[in-house]
Amino acid sequence: MRVAVLHFLGTNCERDTHYALQKAGAKVQMLAHTEAQLPQKCDLVVIPGGFSYGDYLRCGAIARVAPIMEAVSRFADQGGRVLGICNGFQILLEAGLLPGAMRRNANLHFISRYQPMRVVSNDNRFLGKLDEGQILTVPLAHAEGNYYIDEPGYKALQQNNQILLTYCDATGAPMGVNGAVGDIAGIRNEAGNVFGLMPHPERAVDAITGSTDGLTLLKSVLEG
Amino acid sequence: MKVTLNVFLKEGILDPQGKATAHALEVMGFEGVNGVRIGKQIVLDLACSDEVSARAEAEKMASDLLVNGVIEEYTIEVAA
Repeated sequence: MRVAVLHFLGTNCERDTHYALQKAGAKVQMLAHTEAQLPQKCDLVVIPGGFSYGDYLRCGAIARVAPIMEAVSRFADQGGRVLGICNGFQILLEAGLLPGAMRRNANLHFISRYQPMRVVSNDNRFLGKLDEGQILTVPLAHAEGNYYIDEPGYKALQQNNQILLTYCDATGAPMGVNGAVGDIAGIRNEAGNVFGLMPHPERAVDAITGSTDGLTLLKSVLEG
Repeated sequence: MKVTLNVFLKEGILDPQGKATAHALEVMGFEGVNGVRIGKQIVLDLACSDEVSARAEAEKMASDLLVNGVIEEYTIEVAA
């Protein structure tokens, strides 16, 4: 599995993501925002977290016009798999590769803590190795993770099994975290090849840091 | 030509900044604050020769980058 990890000015999770994906078994190549092409052999593109372009204008809005993003859009249009984590998720929303938008967290706080989330659907090319209802606990770290989509859009997400992860408590019961519609933590596009999530699986790959649930998730993503 | 965009979250989309600010005003004793909305102002200096083309150019910029139509709306003012 060959993975390209992108980094923009202000991305800050690319090394963690590189480390975590390697640990999960991937061959990882880093790619700067200035590149116009993805590597010829690339099975998965990962857009990691951070604060691309200082979150200026809107989170992810500037990154989506970087040269590499045209290549990512073409790759996705041709069915290539793309994963966006946190700011990467925001970039995918701004690029129109995923539906909806991010708002400031409802309580205005930057949320930074371990947070359980529930696997809502495993009938997809990302979470196929996990069980529906499985609870994964990984770190959250964001100020703009308050996912919004209008009512018809939300219904469509539900009908197409596009909601992959929702926030929950330790028992799996729904839990409001940041104000997100439907407590959504992660969604996929309709075609099923683009996946974005706010939590940081790359930060939960070593037991010494408190959880290896992120590694479990990334392994499933790699096995696609 | 100067074009000013006033960008706000759409009506009905929770504006946490506005809500927190409204609450602060109440705490300070200001009465009758029915609502506060906080947005941003983007001032463009465009090399357009007439108002119509400046407005059209700014509207394209708004829909392509400056405004996220999923959650935001805007007004536009063109100064000759």
